[in-house]
This record gives sequence, structure tokens and C-alpha cells, in this order.
Amino acid sequence: MAFVNITSPHVVGHNSVTLMMGKVCLALVPALVALTYFFGWGYVINAVLAVSAAVFFEVIITLLRKRPILFAIKDLSAVTTALLLALAVPPFLPWWATIIGIFFAIVFIKHLFGGLGHNPFNPAMAAYALLLISFPLQMTTTWSIALTETQSLLSFGDTLTAIFKSSNIDSYTGATVLDVYKHNVAALTQNEITQNPIFGSFVANGWEWVSLMYLLGGVFLIWQKVITWHTPVSVLGGLLIMSVLFSYDADTSTSISLHFLAGSTMLGAFFIATDPVSSATSNLGKLYYGVGIGVLIYVFRTWGPNPDGFAFAVLLMNFCAPFIDHYTRPRTYGQDKATRGYKA
Amino acid sequence: MIKQIFVDGLWVKNPALVQLLGLCPLLAVTGSVVNALGLGLATLVVIVGSNIAVSLIRSYVPDTIRLPAFVMIIASLVTCAELLMQAYAFELYQIISLFVSLIVTNCAILGRAEGFARKNTVWLSALDGLFMGIGFLFVLVFLGAMREVLGHGTLFDGMELLLGPAAADLKIVVFEDYTSFIFAILPPGAFIGLGLIIAFKNLVDNQIEERKKRFATKVVAGAKRVRVTNA
Repeated sequence: MAFVNITSPHVVGHNSVTLMMGKVCLALVPALVALTYFFGWGYVINAVLAVSAAVFFEVIITLLRKRPILFAIKDLSAVTTALLLALAVPPFLPWWATIIGIFFAIVFIKHLFGGLGHNPFNPAMAAYALLLISFPLQMTTTWSIALTETQSLLSFGDTLTAIFKSSNIDSYTGATVLDVYKHNVAALTQNEITQNPIFGSFVANGWEWVSLMYLLGGVFLIWQKVITWHTPVSVLGGLLIMSVLFSYDADTSTSISLHFLAGSTMLGAFFIATDPVSSATSNLGKLYYGVGIGVLIYVFRTWGPNPDGFAFAVLLMNFCAPFIDHYTRPRTYGQDKATRGYKA
Repeated sequence: MIKQIFVDGLWVKNPALVQLLGLCPLLAVTGSVVNALGLGLATLVVIVGSNIAVSLIRSYVPDTIRLPAFVMIIASLVTCAELLMQAYAFELYQIISLFVSLIVTNCAILGRAEGFARKNTVWLSALDGLFMGIGFLFVLVFLGAMREVLGHGTLFDGMELLLGPAAADLKIVVFEDYTSFIFAILPPGAFIGLGLIIAFKNLVDNQIEERKKRFATKVVAGAKRVRVTNA
């Protein structure tokens, strides 16, 4: 009689990297639809461009590293990175900038550090920071103006020419709401600033719906147990504390509602800060990590030169994640107390 | 011995790629070829001079105070180099003056004084300084060229600052209508560029090593073999 030797683990989970990444991509779809509805085809084109470039570079670099190609492509991590970057950058960004960003994210940030699971930084945000530092002009002047009764959107074909040939589309581009608010708040009151049509009737025309869609996707991820509630709640909590403390008066600084419903707050809190590789791992650690990001976003937005600073906040906290983990180790089963920090 | 010094300076013990010494100027001034060349030449002059001087006094300086003595020598040579640059390349000096002064603290120079010139004759020390300096200069210029092409799309821009007005024609525009890639000019670009060069050097070294191994294990025809069977 033949005995089959089966080693532990005997209970096999049905979760895999592919499934997790797939769910993240799925959760991004509502936001992509909202972005396309309000800001035009640019996001879809960028997403297609970024995903194909990411898969291409992933194949090349795994070939160079002599690793199994299918294994690297199949886990969908490159696709997720590409989607996140495509949703974070302006819709009319020239094609070469997107390609450079993806190249940097996949080759330099992910594979030169050792591939998925070894990257200390979030690849999408590192690429965003690279693009913002290297091409400040292209990264700030290619935002689309949201759809309104008077403002139409660029057609699919024209969007293609705008991205690939950098044709002149000045009447369709403009500063983001955070940018406009930040640069006018010194001289104008909240009522005067929000007369600008880009703010719409509610918080920020278009952006609030996009943010709500990110929130929806995030709740889906928490429900599916892809992420835990700790990171997003603490990111938003940190931002809330800072904005209540310093931005309670919307006539002198960016209003609280704008902090939450404009820019990349929701995208970052639910999709980027929760990156399992580059964030802190213990639940307590995630709380510290998230609060750090929330506070830093406010600091960068208010006192920094750029209107939004999610990428820099995430990158800075990525640096801290190993140390946070070191000091927030959970109690091991069978031990009275957790061993944390440098104790003998 | 001379061949050994030559290979050590340019490749095996290259101060920038293997010893990783003098990184501060290496990373800070390699934004363009002309800056890199200026600083590399200044470093070359100082390292040759300091090696000769240290080697000359090597038997008279007590061990306990040798480091202050070496630093004094290097500092005076750096001052000479600074004055020379002020006299002949003032505009370039204004751009990289801070890093020329910082050559005093360039560990590559003190390292050669301590590690080589203190124990060797004047002639060998001078050669060692020369090849170490050239090794450093090569890396500086290569990194400078890499970052200038990527960052500004030009090569040899502003060479007239170092080589006189006739060198203004040296400028090569590699890419027309280039959108400058500021990242390459900033310090992170220098770190990544240097990392890539080091990786390339290690790759070449590994290839050489492998080739050696392959030739070493090759069985020569007619060689005697150990009998392994019991039959």
C-alpha cells in the first residue's frame, strides 16, 4: 500500500497574488469609468499604454534576470502598478513620459531591488515622483477640465493626437482644483474661489465622484479581505486631524472637504498606502504608517511647492516602514509580551 | 609592479568604482562633462602631488602624527590647485569651487597616501597617484557624459570654460528639441548612474572570472586520469 507523503501546510488558502492583484484592478474600474466620464478618454488611453508598456518591460527584465517569464507576468503586479500610475498622472500626459515612468517603476524600483516582494518603495508612486521632478511642466499643464454644461470633452481621436503628438489643446486643459484653491486662497475667500466653474456645485466638479468611486473600490477590497481597514482609516484620520487643526477656516487655507474629495487622497489611502510590499505589516504598524502618510500629505499640500504630495508622503513613509515594523511586532503565541525594538 | 599599479588604479582598485571613495564630489559635480573634467583634473594633480610628497617624507614622519602631516600636505596642494583654477579657469571655478575645496577631505587621496605612498618609493608612488587619479577621472567624465546626455541632450557643453574659447565648438547636440530630464541632473540621477556603472563593472568581472574557470577546468588531451573503477 502506497502512502502519499503530504507536507504541511495542510489547509491551502484559495488566495493568491494573482487573485489579490486582480481584485485591486477590478476595484479600480469604477473610478476609471468616472474619470473617463468627467475628464475624457485620456485615462483609458493612458491605462492601455501603461499596461502594455509594463508587461513589455516586465518580460524584458525577467529575461535579463533569467527568471521564469510567465510566472512574473501572471501575478498581475505589473498591470496593477501600471493602472495605478495611469490613474494618478494627468490624462493628456505625453506618451513618452508615461513610458519613462513605467520603465522606472518596473525595471528600477521593482526588479533592480529583487522583484515583487523586495521593493522597498511603491513602484507607481516612485515613478510618479520621478515624473513630477523631471517633467514639472508636462505634469502640471496636462490636466483635463471636467465636463460641464459649457465645457465639452476632447474626442477620442483628438485625445490620441494630444497624447502622441502633443498638439495644442489649451482650451481643454487647466489647473487642478487643489492647485487653483491653493494659489488663490491668500487673496480670495472660499465663496469667491468656488465661483470658478471647475469647482462645480458641490465640492469639486467631477473629482468628488471619482473620489467616491475610489472609496467604493476600497470598501470592496476591505470586504474581500485584500486589505485591512487600518491603513486607509489611519491615513484619512491623520489627514482629518491635520486639516481640522490647521484648515478649519476655509477662507485662509484649502477646505477640509477639498482635502478629502479632491486630488489623490482616496486613491492613495485605499490603493497605494495599502501596498502589501512597501507598507508596514503589523496592524499596529499600519496605524502608525497611515497616520504618518495622512499628516505628511497635509504638510506637503499646504507648505510644499506642489498642490498635491501623495507620492512624496508615501515614499517617505516607505522608508520608515521597516523601522515601524521593528517596533510594533505583535505578541507571539505562547509569549507574555511582544519583543519589540532592540532588546536583548 | 608597474603593470600591477596600472591595473589597480584603472580597474581592480578603482577609487570610484571599487573603493567607493570621494563619492561627495563624484555625485555632486558630474552633472556635465566640463564640471567632471575640471574636478577630475584638479583631483589628479592633487593625488599625484600628495603621493610624491608623502613618499618623500615617509621615513622622517613619526607614525603617531602621520595623518595630520598628510592632511597638511593635501590641503596645501588643494590650495595650489584652487589658485591655479582661479587663474586659468575662473568661470569653471565659480561653478565647482566648493567641491574643489572639498578635495581635501577626499578619502581616495588620503587613502592612497596612507595605503601606498607611505610604504613605497617616490617613483612608484607617483605612478600610483597618476593611475588612481586617471581611474577617478575616467569615472567622473563617464558619469558626467551619461548625465549630461540624459539630462540636457547635449555633450561637452561649456568646454570653453576649461579649455579656452576654441573649445566652444566641441559642443554636440545629441538630441534636438530635447525636453530636459531633470532627474538625471539631480543627485538621485548620480546615485543611479554610479550604481549602473558599478553593476556593469561587476558584470564584466564576473564574465572574466567565468571564462578563467572554464579554461581552468578544461581537460587537456592526453592527460592522465585517476582510475575509479574496481574492475
